[in-house]
Amino acid sequence: MIGSFLAGLLAGSIHAGTPLLYATLGEAVEERAGIINLGLEGVMLMGAVVGFITTVQTGSAAVGVLAAALAGGLFNMIFGFLVITRRANQLASGLALMFCGVGLSALLGASYIGSRIHGLNEIRIPFLSGLPVIGPTFFNYDILVYLVVPISVFLWWVFFRTRWGLSLRAVGENPTAAFAAGKNPHRLQYQALFIAGILGGIAGAHLSLALAKTWAEWMTAGRGFIAVALVIFSKWHPLRAIAGALLFGGAISLQLQMQARGVPVSSFLLDMLPYILSLGVLAAWGGRRRHAAPASLGRVFQGTE
Amino acid sequence: MPRGELAARIVSFRNDRLAGLVRFAGLFALAFVVFAIVLLAFGKNPLRAYADIFSNTLGSAYGFSEVLVKMIPLVLTAVAVAVPARIWLINVGGEGQLFIGAMFATWGALNFSTLPIWTLLPLISALGFLGGGLWATISGILRAKGLVSETISTLLLNYVAILLVNFLVFGPWKDPESANYPQTAPFVEAATLPAFGGTRVHMGVVFAIAALILFYLVISRTRWGLEMRAIGSNAEAARRNGIPITKYIVLLMFIGGGVAGLAGMSEVSAVQGMLRPSLSPGYGFAGFLISWMAGGNPLGIVAAAFLLAIVTAGGDILQMAHRIPGAVVHILMALILFVVLARHSRRTGGK
Repeated sequence: MIGSFLAGLLAGSIHAGTPLLYATLGEAVEERAGIINLGLEGVMLMGAVVGFITTVQTGSAAVGVLAAALAGGLFNMIFGFLVITRRANQLASGLALMFCGVGLSALLGASYIGSRIHGLNEIRIPFLSGLPVIGPTFFNYDILVYLVVPISVFLWWVFFRTRWGLSLRAVGENPTAAFAAGKNPHRLQYQALFIAGILGGIAGAHLSLALAKTWAEWMTAGRGFIAVALVIFSKWHPLRAIAGALLFGGAISLQLQMQARGVPVSSFLLDMLPYILSLGVLAAWGGRRRHAAPASLGRVFQGTE
Repeated sequence: MPRGELAARIVSFRNDRLAGLVRFAGLFALAFVVFAIVLLAFGKNPLRAYADIFSNTLGSAYGFSEVLVKMIPLVLTAVAVAVPARIWLINVGGEGQLFIGAMFATWGALNFSTLPIWTLLPLISALGFLGGGLWATISGILRAKGLVSETISTLLLNYVAILLVNFLVFGPWKDPESANYPQTAPFVEAATLPAFGGTRVHMGVVFAIAALILFYLVISRTRWGLEMRAIGSNAEAARRNGIPITKYIVLLMFIGGGVAGLAGMSEVSAVQGMLRPSLSPGYGFAGFLISWMAGGNPLGIVAAAFLLAIVTAGGDILQMAHRIPGAVVHILMALILFVVLARHSRRTGGK
């Protein structure tokens, strides 16, 4: 009983945590470049709707995921134009991008509400998935779940072991110094935003193609904002983000598990946990030292003119 | 200064003003053109849509009154952002503060429904202010102690607030008479903000105007306004001159949140008549954008709220008359913001 509860909880955390982790990684890339994006919610919605429509039209969820990634990347370029080229306020631009994504995805998806798709198939890993308990808990997911941890590790490697990652972090800390050292802050920030958009688009696609297998207006339900919190929670670190996403996914999963067992706990109260948890953790850390926020986060690189 | 030079300056100032207005009008026109293209691309007739939006908002007395109804929460949530913004505090939590304000007001309306109107209305107004204010104070204290940036905490608390209201209206506060709808019992007459002669424009308009005037007077005519400006321009210097920054942070967050709470109270009391999860279509977030567009200027807030109120009212019309999802007007709203954002930065270099 307890064993199956825990196994179900863990599997649920992995499912629910996956789109959160993709979104968190995307936001982390942006923030490492010194840009905070509150519009990730809109990016995810665009990914979710474009992925879903493409899957309905082509019948292939793989093509859907690719289309969602591209849509997310391109959509985030609007934000890039505003905050990088036009040097606009990042918070206001992000909220505007969120509204745009909410509206545009509602318009695009209106005639696809109720459409059916097969979605992303679970891939059973031969032999391993046959193991008792562990099998179904760890080796019976869709491709995006298997990929997300390697992507996190890859991003860690990019951030801390490559020249590009070093340049990106330099831009996030002090764009003027990075510029003086021969980097091009604007180009690096655009690259970061495009990658972030891709990851946000995939996050949305995982919601609409793997978890819900349907499209509904505003189906992200604030996950884009949770990702912003998770980036801080994980101290801008891609590997800590894995733990953070599992924890937050766990709160969502716990709620489903308890409902399934008829435990009389309001789902709304459980839904609050991730938000209160991140606030509590931030408050607990905030007192000790300035955590590893990129120093120029939210500021505008003025260029050299 | 020679008289001729002064006159020339005035003329050039007027010309600048005029040029600025023309440029602004041009930018808004651009946003409307792009939205028309979007509608066209989806096989809708943009001219009909615009004509309907116009005739149902500015084109008739009833339509205009509906725009005013939408302006009330927008102005209040914008003031809620503008007040803490005087000392560079960023309040992105207007939505949550609005929900908690509505929740407190509802608690009062349900539990003291036997009181006469002249006691009950002031009571639930005060409760609404208190609720929103306390909710924002959490962020104020966390910020004042240097623990969590108010940007992040207000953002996170939005969702907690909305979920809390959902919990109440789906659970303990659900009206048993309402079949399966998640809503509380309807407000009694004495808890309903009265509307003006046959329209839906309600007394909340007084809150909005009072908030704007008080805000203007405090920032321009009082010592507090001066001290806020001192904190805003150089916090360290202000601290050394004995201005209690911590107090200001907590107090301004409380007042800002309180004003947003009033928006929630007036929505739930006058417009909805009961607490429901669909209390706000994002007024709190729109308020942030309005305050930002207006640069915290009271008259600018009125102008920007007017524009976004037309757009918001337009959403209802598109949904009913053109079978377009109501959320689609968010595109128009975003386009207006995009053009303003893209322009704004040239002047100020962003913030």
